[in-house]
Amino acid sequence: MLPSPAKKQSSPFDRRRRASKAVAYFGLKPPPYQLDALEPHMSKKTVELHWGGHHRGYLENLNKALAKDDVLYSYTMDELITVTYNRGNPLPVFNNAAQVWNHDFFWESMQPGGGGIPELGLLDQIEKDFGSFTNFREKFVEAALTSFGSGWVWLVLKREEKHLAIVKTSNAFTPLIWDDIPIINLDVWEHAYYLDYKNERAKYVNAFMDHLVSWNTAMGRLARAEAFVNLGEPNIPVA
Amino acid sequence: MALRSLFSRTSLAGLSAASRTSSCLDSKALGLAGLAQSRGLKTASLPDLPYDYGALEPAISGDIMQLHHKKHHQTYVTNYNKALEQLHEATLKGDVGTVVKLQSAIKFNGGGHVNHSIFWKNLAPVREGGGEPPHGSLGWAIDTHFGSVEALIQKMNAEGAALQGSGWVWLGLDKETKKLVVDTTANQDPLVTKGATLIPLLGIDVWEHAYYLQYKNVRPDYLKNIWKVMNWKYAGEIYQQECP
Repeated sequence: MLPSPAKKQSSPFDRRRRASKAVAYFGLKPPPYQLDALEPHMSKKTVELHWGGHHRGYLENLNKALAKDDVLYSYTMDELITVTYNRGNPLPVFNNAAQVWNHDFFWESMQPGGGGIPELGLLDQIEKDFGSFTNFREKFVEAALTSFGSGWVWLVLKREEKHLAIVKTSNAFTPLIWDDIPIINLDVWEHAYYLDYKNERAKYVNAFMDHLVSWNTAMGRLARAEAFVNLGEPNIPVA
Repeated sequence: MALRSLFSRTSLAGLSAASRTSSCLDSKALGLAGLAQSRGLKTASLPDLPYDYGALEPAISGDIMQLHHKKHHQTYVTNYNKALEQLHEATLKGDVGTVVKLQSAIKFNGGGHVNHSIFWKNLAPVREGGGEPPHGSLGWAIDTHFGSVEALIQKMNAEGAALQGSGWVWLGLDKETKKLVVDTTANQDPLVTKGATLIPLLGIDVWEHAYYLQYKNVRPDYLKNIWKVMNWKYAGEIYQQECP
């Protein structure tokens, strides 16, 4: 009997059953910058608590749930979210899985010295789908301010309709469940801004748009998305 | 800033208005309420707290109470009044599309006003009886339905901690069956959305704004401590009204 290559089993019976099974858990990905790099628009205290407390909490709960449930093993994060969403009847572990994904995406959607205006293809696509960047920005901020309760605001590329759109989701929901491709997201749960801005969500959203959002990352994501969605459909003449 | 003036004209943008000074907000609210009242519309107004902002320390900090009452609750009141005005106009004009569109704003802001008005009465400083366990018929009813007050508290805390996102956890009374229930509602939905015969006796706000500055992300600590300033007397009075 070969010993299991991964985690220590709790009893010899388990070891016999799972001898051939490799076990893996999800790890906590740190933001791609120092925790104080987003000051003064997002304080180090907020990032520490948001990443180290909330994000880490979701991850630990996710791993705890996975440890109990063989069926959910060996999925990638994206697959796990779709599977646990269970076609509209989410399993309890959906919240944790989706929130881990959402927060990973969020940290990467920001950068020190962010904000401003995107360039190249992303700007072209935004102007095509929203008229102008200013109009897009207005709509995005409005969506963030009219989001009731906890949730997220997304810029997504809609797969079927082949254009960009702004989407609001509540609690842990993510456009992945509709098979759309997210480009950036903004956390509007109160914990994301309360320490820095108290109840003034408008200030937080504007700080995000002016100083934090990483259009570089967004451009990369759109470029990758174009491998799946043909945005430049040529006019093929009907024979 | 151009964006700000745009928002002050759109219907659901009270949140940007909240960042202006509170005196400006009050006069705006009064002006709006005055205009509405001249048309016979009864607008909502922010109720006074029956105690000082710092009176619930250390269970709930004065900072939180002040922000919660003066900013959050006031915003719900202001936005509810705005939406009510717009609803009134749309109803008179027969603009069904707008009437339907306004429903979510009315439910959210009106619900926020209703829930928080109950919440302030649910709390009391320790020296005014906050934290004292329930006596009389409510105490009996709790022992019958849940076994003990401790069991009820544990149940409410468990449900409050497990609630995803924003919402409330309630101890309610079913008017018809005269039974006590523990239930949760999402966002600012009042308890009555969970059952038309339900009357709220106690509600605990588990939106992050209710505890974040003091307890950070440790919601269970907030839930444990809030019982030290719970106003069981108020709950008892409501219960006795319904079950004499």
